[in-house]
Amino acid sequence: MKNVIGRNIPEYINGIGKVEPFLGAWEKLKKGWMDEITVPPPNKAKLPHQCKSCMDLRMAIEKTNPHDGMTVSFHHHLRSGDNILVMTIDILAQMGIKNITLASSSLNNSHDSILKYLKDGTITKIWTSGLRGELGKAVSEGVLDVPVTIHSHGGRVRAIHTGKIQIDLAVIAASAADEEGNATGAHGKSAFGSMGYARIDSRYAKQVIIVTDNMVEYPCTPTSIQQHYVDYVVKVDSIGDASKIASGTTRITKSPMDLRIAKLAADVIENSGMFTEGFSFQVGAGGASLAVAKFIREKMKKNGVKGSFLLGGVTSYGVDMLNEGLFRAIFDVQSFDAAVSSSILKNRNNIEISSGYYANPYNCGCMTNKLDIVVLGALEIDIDFNVNVITGADGIIRGASGGHSDTASGANLTVVVCPSFRGRIPIIKKRVHTIVTPGETVDVLVTERGICVNPKKPELEESLIKAGLKIKKIEDLQKEVEGITGVEKPIEFTDKIVGIVEYRDGTIIDVIKQVKNAN
Amino acid sequence: MQIVKKAQAGSFESSDIMVLVEPSEKSGRYIEINSSVDIQFGEQIKHAINRKLDELQVVDIHLIAKDKGALNLTICARVETAVKRAAGVQKGFIS
Amino acid sequence: MLYIPGNNPAMLQHGGIYGADSLLLDLEDAVALNQKDAARILVRNMLQTIDFYNSEVCVRINHLDTPFGREDLEEIVPLQPDAIRYPKTESVEDLKKLLAIIEDIENKHNLPHDKMTIHAMIETAMGVQNVFDIASFSNRVDALTIGGQDLMADMNIKNTKEGTGIDLARKMIVMAAKANGIDAIDTVFVDVNDEEGLKKETEYAKNIGFSGKAVINPRQIDIIHEVFTPTNEEVRKAYRIVKEFKRNKEAGIGVFAIEGKMIDAPVVARAEYVLELAGIDYKNI
Repeated sequence: MKNVIGRNIPEYINGIGKVEPFLGAWEKLKKGWMDEITVPPPNKAKLPHQCKSCMDLRMAIEKTNPHDGMTVSFHHHLRSGDNILVMTIDILAQMGIKNITLASSSLNNSHDSILKYLKDGTITKIWTSGLRGELGKAVSEGVLDVPVTIHSHGGRVRAIHTGKIQIDLAVIAASAADEEGNATGAHGKSAFGSMGYARIDSRYAKQVIIVTDNMVEYPCTPTSIQQHYVDYVVKVDSIGDASKIASGTTRITKSPMDLRIAKLAADVIENSGMFTEGFSFQVGAGGASLAVAKFIREKMKKNGVKGSFLLGGVTSYGVDMLNEGLFRAIFDVQSFDAAVSSSILKNRNNIEISSGYYANPYNCGCMTNKLDIVVLGALEIDIDFNVNVITGADGIIRGASGGHSDTASGANLTVVVCPSFRGRIPIIKKRVHTIVTPGETVDVLVTERGICVNPKKPELEESLIKAGLKIKKIEDLQKEVEGITGVEKPIEFTDKIVGIVEYRDGTIIDVIKQVKNAN
Repeated sequence: MQIVKKAQAGSFESSDIMVLVEPSEKSGRYIEINSSVDIQFGEQIKHAINRKLDELQVVDIHLIAKDKGALNLTICARVETAVKRAAGVQKGFIS
Repeated sequence: MLYIPGNNPAMLQHGGIYGADSLLLDLEDAVALNQKDAARILVRNMLQTIDFYNSEVCVRINHLDTPFGREDLEEIVPLQPDAIRYPKTESVEDLKKLLAIIEDIENKHNLPHDKMTIHAMIETAMGVQNVFDIASFSNRVDALTIGGQDLMADMNIKNTKEGTGIDLARKMIVMAAKANGIDAIDTVFVDVNDEEGLKKETEYAKNIGFSGKAVINPRQIDIIHEVFTPTNEEVRKAYRIVKEFKRNKEAGIGVFAIEGKMIDAPVVARAEYVLELAGIDYKNI
């Protein structure tokens, strides 16, 4: 069957079950509640002064009743410096556990070495926001029988509430913890800042293990993870590679192309009618999208405009803007550099938030719903403004859904910034390979070769034209780019589904097929 | 044009192509292409090279190309430069 | 005016996206001696294929005394970019020789002699000495530019941020340009990371009469635009002057005052120039 944006979605998928097709970005939310029943979190008990400390991770895992078919969860705040996921899966594999469902909030290059467990049946199902490197390639080539489910950060919370993800064991890395399991990422040699994605795991997992390389005297504050949800605490030598977790401060790109795109995007924002006193703002952490913050910062100072709050993945650049008084608060679900970790610790207006508070569509108002302006990147975008942030030009999974669709659906003004082509491959296409964020939630595309406004926002287009910005029709820009690069040969896929892309409300927006002739 | 010696043109930078040409031992064109965008543009790159060789009336050649996403116009420029160098007909040129 | 190395396809193909008023595709100093032929063919293909949007396109060729200049003209002139920039123009003789070859090529291709213009680059002491003759020699010369690096080398002086040594040359070039009603474009500012220094130098260039400045990195474009673009205050004032002038003219008054300051023809001309820079159609005020 075709979903509302024309993607073919099967009604039933082996290993996944019945599939509900995407209905539109806000269709299901209009009702005001979620039809699925929320599963209750586990209720556990400990005796007074019972000891939670374990000698090592293996001992802790043994106590949690590991079994075939279990679901194990992790958070990805350590980014590509994470040691704990691989360490845990190694132990489970040594114990001979099979058919594991891996439910990490995201996966990246530091997890490549678990590929062998996908091949030998140790891991048979995956839930994640992102997939890259060897894992992304192997999944795209069909290493698993059951398709991987790609969720958004907000959607993951919903999936845990509804019991689609039922976590048997959550192994939560922390850069500081005490013997009862109060834990944080805000300080310690492996500090990584916010623990936003891990909170839901601590609440809902049947068993929770805190792993830290920095046991501190009781009590450990701030209590990002709270002791009353924690079963065991383990001290290890290192939770990860500090240089890859979060180092120093984030620098703005020097690429002239990215800066040019960012400057145009900042001009768009300034003239959108949304750049007013008290606006809220989020930018991605990479390339052109972070550079937009540089230009917005200059414009705020020049025009004397002050904002309300910054949201999201936070960089030192956001912290600087907070400290300059340009914004009143930062809501921080994930921190990208060391300067942010210390800001969380010291500045009470740099507030650590959970992923549910950040982006879960099924509550009384997540932060993304309060966003005025968000600037996002794209691997591909099509003439219907649909955005792909998960599969690369060769059809292989090499990205992450993250908060892309969450923030796009929430913000009043969603700006997508990307080059129109990269190394001869058009980024603007007639049709993206995989839809993660539906075009109805995207308002403006800014590329180095032109600005395109979604036709459903004619008043926005009008005010941008009035401000002297040159607007192109997205179809024209797509043709122009094709004229420069030539028409690319389409990627060939088999009929096998290797991944499903879940929209934040739990419906399926697209599926990812196995690549043919993978090399 | 007759290829009389080895020559090359281009670079390994992004959006460029390195073209190496030399006299072919057998008659005919022997073209090897390695490209970062082979899946999407492999056939077009080969086509562009062949058309340029037709235009330059090159019959016998051994050509090796290493492409990093060059546009057709760049591919054609590099082939033309390499061939003219290899045929010894390039003007306004010092090596 | 953005310099782009002529043998760099990645930079050439994106030349038009930065909003530069003018692009300079460089076959001269930015290209290694053994790649002159490669750059020439690449730039030719770029001119044929790539849309540089609203930027004017100039090609800097090699001097005719090198083994490359003649061949550069043979490949580039038939494509009639907006302008040819000629390096190390030292005398009227240089221009004569250049124009003869250009017109010869244009004749061969049935092209007009009045479309593509010449930018004479002054970068030697001799060139500075002859700059007034160079500026007035031909209608095709529509801009003078100063090549700061080469001029300093020719004068055997060190590069300083203040540019003291080439100050006279700057002013003579501007004067020669103004005397002939053509543009003068200032030299590049080489320290890409020094935004303050660039701004200061650009302000100076504007104050002594240059109409533009060359850049080596797209990041420098916005700063230069900022300096050369009139402020809102200036535009408002200019608008008022032009409007009052028209009203008074209809009443037969040539000289009048605004806020106690005398307004006459030169002041009005300057105001019209400000409006033109701001993209305002001053004729219909």
